[in-house]
Amino acid sequence: MNWTVAIPEIALACLGMAILMFGVLSKARNTFHICSLMTVGALVLTAALVLSSNGGLGYNGLFLADSYAMFAKLLVLAAAVLGVIVSIDYNEHNDLRRFEFPVLMLYATVGMMIMVSASNLMSLYMGLELQSLSIYVLAAFARDDLRSSEAGLKYFVLGALASGLLLYGISLIYGFSGSMAFDQLALVLSDSSHASPGLIVGIVFVVAGLAFKISAVPFHMWTPDVYEGAPTPVTAFMATAPKVAAVALFVRVMISPFGHLLAQWQQLIVLIAMASMVLGAFAAIGQSNIKRLMAYSSIGHMGYILVGLAAGTQQGVRGVLIYLVTYVFTNAGMFACIIAMRRRGRAVERIADLGGLWRSDPGMAAALTIFLFSMAGLPPFSGFIGKYFVFGAAMQSGLVTLAVVGVLASAVSAYYYIRIIKVMYFDAPEPAFDVRPASLSIVAGAGALFTLIFFLFPAPVVAAAEAAAKGLFG
Amino acid sequence: MLGVGLGHYLAVSAILLVLGIFGIFLNRKNVIIILMSIELILLAVNLNLVAFSSYLGDMVGQVFTMFVLTVAAAEAAIGLAILVIYFRNRGSIEVEDVNLMKG
Repeated sequence: MNWTVAIPEIALACLGMAILMFGVLSKARNTFHICSLMTVGALVLTAALVLSSNGGLGYNGLFLADSYAMFAKLLVLAAAVLGVIVSIDYNEHNDLRRFEFPVLMLYATVGMMIMVSASNLMSLYMGLELQSLSIYVLAAFARDDLRSSEAGLKYFVLGALASGLLLYGISLIYGFSGSMAFDQLALVLSDSSHASPGLIVGIVFVVAGLAFKISAVPFHMWTPDVYEGAPTPVTAFMATAPKVAAVALFVRVMISPFGHLLAQWQQLIVLIAMASMVLGAFAAIGQSNIKRLMAYSSIGHMGYILVGLAAGTQQGVRGVLIYLVTYVFTNAGMFACIIAMRRRGRAVERIADLGGLWRSDPGMAAALTIFLFSMAGLPPFSGFIGKYFVFGAAMQSGLVTLAVVGVLASAVSAYYYIRIIKVMYFDAPEPAFDVRPASLSIVAGAGALFTLIFFLFPAPVVAAAEAAAKGLFG
Repeated sequence: MLGVGLGHYLAVSAILLVLGIFGIFLNRKNVIIILMSIELILLAVNLNLVAFSSYLGDMVGQVFTMFVLTVAAAEAAIGLAILVIYFRNRGSIEVEDVNLMKG
């Protein structure tokens, strides 16, 4: 048995337990701070282990470390590092300095790494649940705040329902095909006469469960409430790392075991993608709370990402991966700016609070401008490059209507992104924000720099995404 | 003789699933009932897995059932914990009161 393929996950889980023990036994006053820094160290160490691991299939075919999984894991780890860094200062100020916080993020990351490496429906479910259970707790982490506990409760109920539907689908797939292993399923389904109605119903249930996890329409209803209610660093984390893992998992499940049924599921994904893009574009227009706006924006982005999956080709998967890279860095930077929105020690989250920001804090206004232009998909920012690759792949697969709807939706969404820019530059100035800590400036600055100059050096990311997509189809 | 076959198990499990889903969406009274409905859904899945496992003569389904039971226990613990902190802040666990943020 080849157990070494999971060394990064095992190492991260053990480090998590060590950090937890340290947190319990430590008498230091700043245990939270130390544990957060140790978590960042553990995540970076794990990234190094992922880079140096040689991959392969292990654990009787339950766990697969290929180039696709490696790409997704590195992106998840990068997103988790950014999430932990932006949480440190917020938690210090909001009386959330409990050392369990970074440890829960760490275990959510372990779950995500298992998700992207799953090559069996069983390991898929276990990874997904490890991730979800950690994030339910994180969403309700501000336990004296009614909004946070309500967000946790809503996320828990709907998340558990989605897991139940996913599981029911898994049980049907198992029953009607006789196996849970992805390679066995692909083998059985290569003869399309084996695709019985029961199996198709199972696939639909699995798609519904996974669509919930990436908050695609029509399973998006939890997103705005949970994004608004959860503590902002948790929202930042939820909007980046778990989305990457869930999308990577979704793509693997559709392409690797069910790839032969492309004709059956393509229409379903096309519909979900269209509905997500359109809802993300229109529902965000009336929002006044910036966290709610980001929720609708992320629903829209998931729609664009699913355009790449709907193509069902290697180009499509490459587009999805490139889009995820640009999405993570833009969103992490954007949320660093949202966390920095605080006046006299209190967090503010209305869009109107950004009024005249250009005068009081030109640096933050410039960073936000870059992020918003990128999310609107304007060239030359990184968001444009991601959209270029997914829409290109959709055109190549003949999904012209989908690509046209996508371009139109992104034009509509540009309205509300640019409205925020208008508020920052032309509205009456609001009082200045408090001095922001260096950690937020670093994350926002790094995100802005990446978003701004990605178009000059896209080659390494494109080549890595190409290799990863090839690994998935190979 | 009246034989109980795979179809009967699948029918019972489908009924349990539908009951669970309706329990979540139709109940306007109490969040605890939602937690019970979630358990019902997971039990439907377990019944399905065990029935298929026995029908196919394959142990994987039964192994998975063990995992699902374990995860269900963890999920119930976390769900109840979140419910307790919600009750502390709100003073009520009526479903209609979970409405601070409107979607």
